[in-house]
Amino acid sequence: MKEEISIMPEEDENLEQAPAEYSLSPSSDQVFKKVLENVLELLTHKRDRNATSAVCRSWYDTDARTRRELFIGNCYAVSPDRVVERFKSIKSIVLKGKPRFADFNLVPYGWGANFTPWVKALGDAYQHLERISLKRMVVTDENLMSIAENFPLFKDLSLICCEGFSTLGLAAIAEKCRHLRVLDLIEDYLEDEDDEVVDWISKFPETTTTLESLVFDCVAHPFNIHSLEGLVARSPSLRRLSVNQHVTLEQLHRIMVLAPQLTDLGTGSFRSETGSMVADPNLNLVSDFASSTSLNRLSGFREIEPQYLPAIYPVCVNLTSLNFSFANLTADQLDPVICQCHNLQTFWVLDTIGDEGLQSVAEACHDLRDLRVFPLDATGDSESSVSDIGLQSIAEGCPKLQKILYFCQRMTNAAVIAMSKNCPELLVFRLCIMGLHQPDRITGEPMDGGFGAIVRNCKKLTRLSVSGLLTDKAFEYIGRYGKLIRTLSVAFAAESDLGLKYVFEGCTRLLKLEIRDCPFGDSALISGLPLFYNMRFLWMSTCNLSVRGCRELAQSKPNVVVEVIEDEDMENEDEEEMVVDRLYMYRSLVGPRTDAPPFVKIL
Amino acid sequence: MEGEAPRLLDLIPKERDWVGKEVCKVKNEIEEKLELRLGLPGEDNEKEEKQSAKSAFSLSFSENVSKRAFLGSVETNEGKGTERKASGAPPEAHGTRNINSSIANNSSQTRISNAPVVGWPPIRSFRKNLASSSISKSPLETQDGGPVKVNEVDINKKGCFVKINMDGIPIGRKIDLKAYGGYDELSSAVDQLFRGLLAAQRVPLVNEKSGGEKNQEIKGLLDGSGEYTLVYEDEEGDRVLVGDVPWKMFISTAKRLRVLKTSDLSVSSINTVSRKRAATEC
Repeated sequence: MKEEISIMPEEDENLEQAPAEYSLSPSSDQVFKKVLENVLELLTHKRDRNATSAVCRSWYDTDARTRRELFIGNCYAVSPDRVVERFKSIKSIVLKGKPRFADFNLVPYGWGANFTPWVKALGDAYQHLERISLKRMVVTDENLMSIAENFPLFKDLSLICCEGFSTLGLAAIAEKCRHLRVLDLIEDYLEDEDDEVVDWISKFPETTTTLESLVFDCVAHPFNIHSLEGLVARSPSLRRLSVNQHVTLEQLHRIMVLAPQLTDLGTGSFRSETGSMVADPNLNLVSDFASSTSLNRLSGFREIEPQYLPAIYPVCVNLTSLNFSFANLTADQLDPVICQCHNLQTFWVLDTIGDEGLQSVAEACHDLRDLRVFPLDATGDSESSVSDIGLQSIAEGCPKLQKILYFCQRMTNAAVIAMSKNCPELLVFRLCIMGLHQPDRITGEPMDGGFGAIVRNCKKLTRLSVSGLLTDKAFEYIGRYGKLIRTLSVAFAAESDLGLKYVFEGCTRLLKLEIRDCPFGDSALISGLPLFYNMRFLWMSTCNLSVRGCRELAQSKPNVVVEVIEDEDMENEDEEEMVVDRLYMYRSLVGPRTDAPPFVKIL
Repeated sequence: MEGEAPRLLDLIPKERDWVGKEVCKVKNEIEEKLELRLGLPGEDNEKEEKQSAKSAFSLSFSENVSKRAFLGSVETNEGKGTERKASGAPPEAHGTRNINSSIANNSSQTRISNAPVVGWPPIRSFRKNLASSSISKSPLETQDGGPVKVNEVDINKKGCFVKINMDGIPIGRKIDLKAYGGYDELSSAVDQLFRGLLAAQRVPLVNEKSGGEKNQEIKGLLDGSGEYTLVYEDEEGDRVLVGDVPWKMFISTAKRLRVLKTSDLSVSSINTVSRKRAATEC
């Protein structure tokens, strides 16, 4: 986990109350400053940095001069100009844009989070910028070209859930960033190019490269495999490679021969060119995997032909991370693999393995920390084959579990309670019962008891997503026991305003709250006023809020921006008493943004 | 499952705002593949209420159908739609503003009408057509462009949204006139939209026993026979009774809807179409 520094608005507030400095003679002052700088070099964590900057003006200045890494959790909380004015020499920046519900089509196209104003400001100010990491931002090809041209020392580019660029921009990065170390494209949505797809992989310089990580499984266009082979051959530092679904097993074989030093491999399709049902004996992948002695993370398997799975047996015992979440595997197909993965800590899988498959996981992977079970068929009414039984198995077999994301159709309180008791290390508990308002499948009761047990027993819990039939009682539990919760996601739950009031009263560390389709109205919203400045954002869609209520909120909290997002342009006359489609509220140092599209109204 | 529903109702007192709604049985011409059938016709009210769990959120025809529908159908067209029920069939169930349904009532939720809801379950687009991905070996480009396209098209397709306010209900709603095939559907939609809200307004603090009493159907909107009457405001700002002109003409001229108490309507303040026509023709 990279160390992250954040810009918190509180810093500026605290500055007003900073104590006066001691009066030192000029030379001791300079010595002191030098000492301070040296000490601060050692402090990289954002919370430490924020604390030091709040001590007094001198420390604030020193921090501003020496801070190298910036973390901006909401790109609209602060402006590029302000950042550039305060921090003099930044090497690494993390920027996050759209709210997470944008991933599920709840934020209309064109909402914002454009990288353009940032790249311009950063380009002018930070010649030494080396790392850019963006999440849910709109990044254009021009932006990528700017990066390639403005930062001669540029090393790491990481784009997660971004959109707006194409292979043209990637080509610019490949070609011009001579010190490129990391190019991670994760779950991005590239622009459609039709005829103009560029073979960007062939644009990397012909010399030995400094590449350590190349992840492009989301770039769905075909590419020249020979270019990739050549690139891999001249990238001796390459540790992480994830290819797209066009790469067949035969091609994968050639690549693996060229890069036995890989630690992290995304296998692309994992199907053979021939498409035959029987494994081709000439395709000797087993030896490739056997030679990859450093390999401990595997993913890909996008169009898996299970008859080739035995090829990965040699590395199973070394695996700490295995991502089968695109592989349609049955329990029987999974079993021989998973039973060898004793050191597995991260496992992502499809629900096709069923409760039986999860039982195998529970028996083999006692060190499991992060489990995600995704649905093959994401409609609400499919017959998912994982249920409370699978969850119970995992609870019993994986006591070190820290994070879980579990999609299912049916659940019981008992299984959830079991997990709360057996997995005390849980930090993240995200349960998605896909059918709306589903009660306990055995008792018919709401799922209040299960989630209540989670917040009560899992004392380290910082992130929670709830689902199923939930009354206000569940939220009473969450408010009472969920003291460390920073991120809470609620959908189709609760009975009244009381539910939300409980949360606002009790969850004092709440940073991010996302709600959809709950019966919360204006009075519930207002009850959260004291908390809002400490939160990064609040999202409420399809609830019972009126424009008037949101306006009241906006007026009482000047440091908070209140956006009402509709699907069509808002009309202006007497809209106060209209219900609000989506509310997105976030704290900000710079007030309302200037790039809001017509369907966004900032109150 | 259904046998357990009464137990659940006993356990959870009804709070004021969230009242069970009846199943919507309206068929929309445009989205005729949408059949919201949560219960059999002729079943008693109570059972329908229990089964209407989904109804809270599954009931389409209020305002968002068209646009949500569009989102759904675009996804379908993109080839992601193996899990969508039919081509062009919009997601009928989605989080609409019709959330005036007692969540507590939703015990007997079965999967019968778990129609697709926008953004639910919360899975990113590129994880969504895995069921068919083993069949196709072509580049899954639609995955990449998915959400961008969906929203793009969404912006371009305009429904015909008008505001609608009801006497006695503080917060107005919006509905998409294009989502309905005719006046009867519209009337039903209005009933669905406001019934729960109205009941909640009437009995703010009393916990009534579960049952059909609270939810009285809002009837007679079009013929003056009910407690409420539907009127619209046209381009000139005049209030006109709904129901006289051909539907298509109505959609294009109605700028706003109101649900007024029939007793408050005075003959002179409300025009009928014929009177207006007569007036302009003189």
